[in-house]
Amino acid sequence: MSILQVSNLRIWDGITGKVLVPNSSFELKPESCLAIVGESGSGKSLTCRAIMKLNKKTIRQSGDISCNGVRLNQLAEKEMRRRRGKQLYMILQNGMRAFDPTSVIGVHIRDTLMHHYGWNRSEIVEKMKQAMLSVRLQDPVEIMNKYPHQLSGGMLQRVMISLAIVLEPDIIIADEPTSALDSVSKYEVMEQFVRLREKIGCSMIFVSHDLSVVRRLADEVLVMRNGNIVERGDASILFSEAKHEYTRFLVSSQTELNDHFRRVMGGPDYVSRGSR
Amino acid sequence: MGGYILKRSLLAIPLLLTISFITFVLNALSPMDPAEVVLHAQGVPRITDELLAETRRALGMEQPFLIRYFDWLLSCLQLDFGNSYVTGKPVWSLLGPAFLNTLQLTIISVVAVIALSIGLGMISALTEGKNLDKSIRGVAFVLTSMPPYLLAALLVWYFSVKLDWLPTNGMDSIQSYILPVSVITINYAGIYFRIVRSAMLANLNEDYVLFGRACGLPEGRIKIRLLRNSLQVAISVFCMAIPIILGSTVVIENLFAWPGLGMLSVKSILSRDFPIIQAYVLVLAAAFVVVNTFSDIINALINPKLREDM
Amino acid sequence: MKRFHYLFKDRLALLSVFIITSTLAAGVFAPWIAPNDPEEVHMELRFASASWEYLLGNDHLGRCVLSRLIYGIRPSVLWVLVTLAISLGIGTIIGFISGYFKGKIDALLMRVCDIALSFPGYVMTLAIIGVLGVGLENILLAFVLMKWAWFARIIRTSVMQYSNAEYIKFSKALGVGSFRIMWKHIVPVSLPDIAVTSSSAFSSMILQLSGFSFLGLGVQAPQAEWGMMLNEARQVMFSRPELMLAPGITTIIFVSAVNFFTDALQVALDPKLMSVTKKKQGKGIYQAANLHGKA
Repeated sequence: MSILQVSNLRIWDGITGKVLVPNSSFELKPESCLAIVGESGSGKSLTCRAIMKLNKKTIRQSGDISCNGVRLNQLAEKEMRRRRGKQLYMILQNGMRAFDPTSVIGVHIRDTLMHHYGWNRSEIVEKMKQAMLSVRLQDPVEIMNKYPHQLSGGMLQRVMISLAIVLEPDIIIADEPTSALDSVSKYEVMEQFVRLREKIGCSMIFVSHDLSVVRRLADEVLVMRNGNIVERGDASILFSEAKHEYTRFLVSSQTELNDHFRRVMGGPDYVSRGSR
Repeated sequence: MGGYILKRSLLAIPLLLTISFITFVLNALSPMDPAEVVLHAQGVPRITDELLAETRRALGMEQPFLIRYFDWLLSCLQLDFGNSYVTGKPVWSLLGPAFLNTLQLTIISVVAVIALSIGLGMISALTEGKNLDKSIRGVAFVLTSMPPYLLAALLVWYFSVKLDWLPTNGMDSIQSYILPVSVITINYAGIYFRIVRSAMLANLNEDYVLFGRACGLPEGRIKIRLLRNSLQVAISVFCMAIPIILGSTVVIENLFAWPGLGMLSVKSILSRDFPIIQAYVLVLAAAFVVVNTFSDIINALINPKLREDM
Repeated sequence: MKRFHYLFKDRLALLSVFIITSTLAAGVFAPWIAPNDPEEVHMELRFASASWEYLLGNDHLGRCVLSRLIYGIRPSVLWVLVTLAISLGIGTIIGFISGYFKGKIDALLMRVCDIALSFPGYVMTLAIIGVLGVGLENILLAFVLMKWAWFARIIRTSVMQYSNAEYIKFSKALGVGSFRIMWKHIVPVSLPDIAVTSSSAFSSMILQLSGFSFLGLGVQAPQAEWGMMLNEARQVMFSRPELMLAPGITTIIFVSAVNFFTDALQVALDPKLMSVTKKKQGKGIYQAANLHGKA
């Protein structure tokens, strides 16, 4: 039994007719983490947004997406909207741009929680405070009263994670959540993702082109290239015994980089420390 | 913030001084001898050299240039722009009321332009690519390519002559506002709505819209955010609209015989009434600078990012 | 110049290019094209409707409307084009100096620009006409005084943006002369910005000039000019509204063509806009420049 089943997903540009993702099927097991790996433009983000039904209006999609037995692709927009946030939650790449720049981030948090749970202001503040402290954000109240540009990318990423902790969705889709961060914040945010899974026991789709991050977090991996899934399998096996040459290429280039990094820095890298 | 306001306001002062100086020099560049113009205007039959010299002295023209400038500037600051060459009345007694009339027309039109362009811009952006969007843009395109006076003439011909609904000129009643305001509004809303539209379209692709939707927020809330962000871009443009429209009512005023600055200035140009022209240029340029300063301050107030950079 | 290829794929853009070039040509060759003398009065033909000899009829003095329209291209369009070229030339030189050398020269030049731009366009023009007297050449002079600063601003921004590029720094480091760098490397890349800006300024200048002529401050009778013709037609608007049609429609068509060309140019020269716009069949955003033009 899987929590999310995607079958024959096809995504194309409604105007030019160009097919972006020809036919992909995959599933997400409960409480597991599926990583989607591939270079930019390989259709990772499109796939994620297709699951949320949030691609731009001009992008069309077909195929079945069922979540907990409910076929999302047949739901009305209103029904779908009720599930977004509460059941399916999405974490974006650039925290700086994910929050409305004209208001403090507390506004978005309050709007979202009030809409889904109808809590009042003090309940929201109380719950958010705990969640934010748990992702090691000091002074939660002060942070909620800040504009996005006053916080760092890593902090905003953790704010998004803390919102997930409060919302307790079934599935979290994280679209390159660490790509825009420097390596220190990347490490911190990664840690929070690991703890997030332990904490609310949700399933996760984790999109990244950074294999070190994937290795740390994923149970299963999909490798995408030009819209096609070229390789899939268990994360630990995939890295050692990749069948497709593209995957081997990805793995080897990453290892080379790491080796080089280790040589230069002369110390153990955090990737090997965290691998399971 | 207070510091910024002070700094920005102080910056306007040298600009205002330069403008006043240029205005003064402009007048000195004029090929005509003011004394001669005054005598002509007063209908003196035979202009003798003594008479000219005497008039020059009365006008304070034998003083050094800079002294004349400072004298002039000081009196301008007290709204004393001298007397009209033609009627002999104080310039401010003619310019003041005309300025108010133009200001009225401008403010009403600016409000209408802003309302219309936000409305149309929003509709157009949200129905992007659909027929409604296409037709709004098409009509706006033709209207912005149309000389405003032609539009005015067409409206007058239809509403005043054919239907006899609205007065063709003057500012006697509420009805007499309708035509001039509509012409200005139609003319400028065609341009400004495109700014609102493109700002909204650019914002529509922003991540915060996607994240808002991904959090399941109702569309209404997202639209409000969208509008707030788009208007931030548009607001500086709208602030600029005030002086632009203030300066460009000339044609409309003359067409509808609106007793404002535009009509006064054209009349003065045709009768070579320099003190009025000078005062007109000075007052409008100063208004331009003041409104620009305000719009910068307003921008800094609404845009939290900008505020920080100061 | 591969990008111009896109421009010519767009049929409407092609049509507007055709309208613009044929109008310009008609203006240049007016004496050979116009069927009649534009200033010849035939009182017996007052308000005559279209005939084979006078294709668009006759005006209130019995003059040939078509010939007047064709001759009117000269002040209404050609002289505006010349003015545009002059102010663009000045603006380009100042913009390049300012943007390339930066520092004190830049600060000084930009203050001068600030001052020139702090006079609203109409007001400046009225001031010049007020001082120098009524006439086409004074309006055009005012346009030059107004617009150069606007061009200088835009070109400066564009030059600054490009002169920070790595290859320019590299050329500088190699000791290539400033003038050569500007001509070889910066002029070609900033050309799109200049083209779009001047094209949009063109249409607004035409509208403004015709507005001033309409007020009787520009071209003087009996010379033909589009705004002037509209002014003459206005005086008989109540009895003969159809006289406004010919100059009115001509102005609208020409200005629309220029505006359309501006948009198409912008889309063709900016690949980023292209990808969005091509898809959505929309046209670019030229309003920032146009806005100022309206001032």
